Amino acid sequence: MSEAITTDVVIIGAGPVGLFAVFELGLLDLKCHVVDILDRPGGQCTELYPEKPIYDIPGHPVVGAQELIDKLMEQIRPFGPTFHFAQQVEQLERLAEGGFRLVTDAGTEFFAKVVVIAAGGGSFQPKRPPVPGIEAFEATSVFYSVRKMESFAGHDVVIVGGGDSALDWTLNLQPVARRLTLVHRRDDFRGAPHSVEQMRRLVGEGAIDLVIGQVTELAGTDGTLASLTVKKSDGSTVAVAATRMLPFFGLTMKLGPIAGWGLHLHENLIPVDTEKFETSEPGIFAIGDINTYPGKLKLILSGFHEGALMAQAAKRLVDPGKRIVFQYTTSSTALQKKLGVH
Amino acid sequence: MPKITFVPYRQEEIVVEAEIGATVMETAVRNGVPGIEAECGGACACATCHVWVDPAWYEKVGAPQPMEEDMLDFAWDVRATSRLSCQMKVTEALDGLVVEIPERQA
Ligand SMILES: Cc1cc2nc3c(=O)[nH]c(=O)nc-3n(C[C@H](O)[C@H](O)[C@H](O)COP(=O)(O)OP(=O)(O)OC[C@H]3O[C@@H](n4cnc5c(N)ncnc54)[C@H](O)[C@@H]3O)c2cc1C
Ligand code: FES
Repeated sequence: MSEAITTDVVIIGAGPVGLFAVFELGLLDLKCHVVDILDRPGGQCTELYPEKPIYDIPGHPVVGAQELIDKLMEQIRPFGPTFHFAQQVEQLERLAEGGFRLVTDAGTEFFAKVVVIAAGGGSFQPKRPPVPGIEAFEATSVFYSVRKMESFAGHDVVIVGGGDSALDWTLNLQPVARRLTLVHRRDDFRGAPHSVEQMRRLVGEGAIDLVIGQVTELAGTDGTLASLTVKKSDGSTVAVAATRMLPFFGLTMKLGPIAGWGLHLHENLIPVDTEKFETSEPGIFAIGDINTYPGKLKLILSGFHEGALMAQAAKRLVDPGKRIVFQYTTSSTALQKKLGVH
Repeated sequence: MPKITFVPYRQEEIVVEAEIGATVMETAVRNGVPGIEAECGGACACATCHVWVDPAWYEKVGAPQPMEEDMLDFAWDVRATSRLSCQMKVTEALDGLVVEIPERQA
């Protein structure tokens, strides 16, 4: 484990609301570390609808979801947040001496005075394809990511999907697999054109098999997969040998480890007050889609507002005794210095 | 108002009056039709509003746009007349439309 990081604030979640919280906390001189299980910022905006226009961000008659994230990243740059991507915060505990200790699944350890949960709908996780009985084979024969290529060596590998992940792993695992079969619903792929080309060349050379259809059934015993059934568009079925299956069906959000942190939860959401947006645990705040309170709207706009009020309360905890002067960014030279515009 | 018939998996069919301009997904949700989850609220980003259009109606409804076709990759038991109901707008021409709801959503 590398050396622990000591900071004012750890923000869990780099969605739009977590990002803007860096800004509001930064104006009050609080330093932030931001953790997200994804490998880039943006949360739902980037992962689910990057190309779509948003029409209800104040001052922007229309802004693309990814464009909004890019602008938020630019807006918070003066505060120099540190990002820890591709890591999930797994542990959160209160320390007897005050403050909190957090640990990620990658072993990063933080000591923070304040914790801000901006976890949206939870951690993004690979989606389980709706094939009956698939759970029984998970972690033994069915995997949603590749940690070690060697563990696929000598196996009959079946990759299901038509996007970049499916294509990339088809190309990468073909040399190590005993036999590799790519299964996709239609003979049209969403992945990058050059990957599609490479895949088709391998099919042409007979190095891999391409089966067009949908997986309907898995067969095997005691969690060990042996084969699967693919239904083709004409209704006929084929059996494909499979001792390893890698389905790529996009991502979905799951609450994840947050459920085990001793916080009050209401239907997988974290109840907060509307003055500080603090959870049932003093010093732990929750903003954005993850929280709930009377009248809550799951809008980016609401999450921004929550971040601004939360920051005031966080500042009082980190610097008790210090008076907070209310200032406008328009006119305060002190704030403008922090933003690097003065 | 056009009428739409929803046939949920192994349940009685439900006939509802649909507002012109609303989507078929919205019509289903407003009327409490079971089996349409619509997790993303109609943004063509989740594939949990999947329906099978009655073959007799498919030509009138039309084929999906490329973005919807991509999203259908994530649905379960996609058939020749599969559509995402959030991408189908109700029009006068769809009066009488019948759609079937699969056993499970993605
Ligand atoms: C299709 C669609 C269209 C939308 N349109 C609009 C719109 O027009 N206007 C509007 O205001 N809103 C819209 N929304 C809603 C808006 O996207 C959300 O309100 C917003 O993304 C919430 O931001 P957030 O930062 O709270 O959470 P999210 O964007 O959900 O981000 C949370 C992040 O936290 C991470 N995370 C969670 N738990 C952990 C953990 N333990 N460790 C590490 N990382 C973790 C997740 O991986 C995720 O990246 C739309 C949503 C969708 C899906
Ligand atoms: S509601 Fe999500 S794709 Fe239709």
